[in-house]
Amino acid sequence: MPIVVSLARATLLEAVRNRLLWLAVMVVVIAFGLAQFLNQVAITESREIQTALLAAPLRVAAVFIVAVFVITSMVRELSDKVTELLLSLPAPRSAYFFGKFSGYALVATVLALLSALPLVPFANSQGLVLWTVSLICELLLVAAMSLFCVLSFAQVVPAFAAVAGFYLLSRSMAAMQIIASAPLQDPTLTDRVVNAVVDLIALLLPALDGMTQTTWLLGEAPGASVLGSVVGQTALYLALICSAALFDLHRKNF
Amino acid sequence: MSQRPIAAVPRAVLALLALGLAGQIALKASAPPPRAAAEDLPPAPSIATLRLASFGDPVALAKALMLYLQAFDYQSGSKVPYRDLDYGRLEAWLARILELDPLGQYPLLAASRLYGEVPVEAKQRSMLEFIYRQFLLDPNRRWPWLAHATALAKHRLHDLPLALRYAQAIQRHAVADNVPLWAKQMEIFILEDMDELETARLIIGGYIQSGSVKDPAELRFLEERLKQLEARTVRKSSSKQTQ
Repeated sequence: MPIVVSLARATLLEAVRNRLLWLAVMVVVIAFGLAQFLNQVAITESREIQTALLAAPLRVAAVFIVAVFVITSMVRELSDKVTELLLSLPAPRSAYFFGKFSGYALVATVLALLSALPLVPFANSQGLVLWTVSLICELLLVAAMSLFCVLSFAQVVPAFAAVAGFYLLSRSMAAMQIIASAPLQDPTLTDRVVNAVVDLIALLLPALDGMTQTTWLLGEAPGASVLGSVVGQTALYLALICSAALFDLHRKNF
Repeated sequence: MSQRPIAAVPRAVLALLALGLAGQIALKASAPPPRAAAEDLPPAPSIATLRLASFGDPVALAKALMLYLQAFDYQSGSKVPYRDLDYGRLEAWLARILELDPLGQYPLLAASRLYGEVPVEAKQRSMLEFIYRQFLLDPNRRWPWLAHATALAKHRLHDLPLALRYAQAIQRHAVADNVPLWAKQMEIFILEDMDELETARLIIGGYIQSGSVKDPAELRFLEERLKQLEARTVRKSSSKQTQ
């Protein structure tokens, strides 16, 4: 257990020394300034425009920062042979994995809270709480997926491409299923096979399209059941990705 | 790099992997399949927003939007799809897609063949007017959809003046060589149906005299049609005199 805490602290320290938090603060300030500018331009619904144009870019920026940070940090550690040094310590590989993941999860949580900060004057409080918790969940999934991909590929470009593909596909899978379920002609065998493949992929992806919705900030906040489903999906998918990453890590020869 | 055997993986990890996979599949399988109900169709964004969202490739966005749009209110097996859609919003979406991809024919095909055939007269009429307005922006490319709209106005709505207005628009504005004669002649047939034999006869006569018809077979067909109309006009005027 002490090694998990030490690794988490070291990862958090790395984020601070990489000026990651400064970068996050800069992104928040720029997004806030942009929203203020658009508020001057808008004729009506200025609060809604400000909120939507702040929330959506901040979410994407947070996802990008978390994915890039996890991947580059892990690749540097692998290249410097620090990973091998850490794995030579008298601790199971799972301790190494959970130590790193805990550190990245802390970074993701801090990023999500920073992203929520500029929305405080515009959004309704209940919706903002739900949005923030959902963003934390989303970033945890991205961090776990990035860790899994970088442990498997050990290279920046393939790992980042895989994470980006996973994120975009998860976000757009419901739309793809809707399109696939509305054939205007009688489906052929090929159509049926393609639809079955789409449905199969959808089963294996988390329901990111239902998470961190801008509408929660604008209108009436959804109930606790939405929060329950977001947290439940996150917990389940984290268990799946973490076990897959651990499976890969245990089989790896360093 | 060689890998260690699966036996090297702790059983707890294997169990967690199996449980996580089974749980994820069960969770997603138990959720209702995503559907785009009619009331979910949002107002169309501005063209500037869509251009921004297209990242410099508006045609690709237009194609994807069209596929997404046609899924709204489509229930597999339903006899009357698209009936509950807000046609004001639908028109706005179709117009935006055409603005993003002016050469694309899909929005007008959907307007005439899918949304224009909904058995609600007001919705049919609004879709036909949409096709008419879009036709005027690029007649030589979009005439097939107005031709279909003409047929719908005539046979479904039984509104011959409306059909005549569309047919006249094709005849006047679709002047490219690739526009077939039957499309240009729709006006004549609708006039015949309206019993406007004299006008139809004059149009055919003027058409033949203009020299724009080069194909001998088409010329023969028109001359034959002219003779038939002349005969019908004579019969009609003689029956009026006897009355």
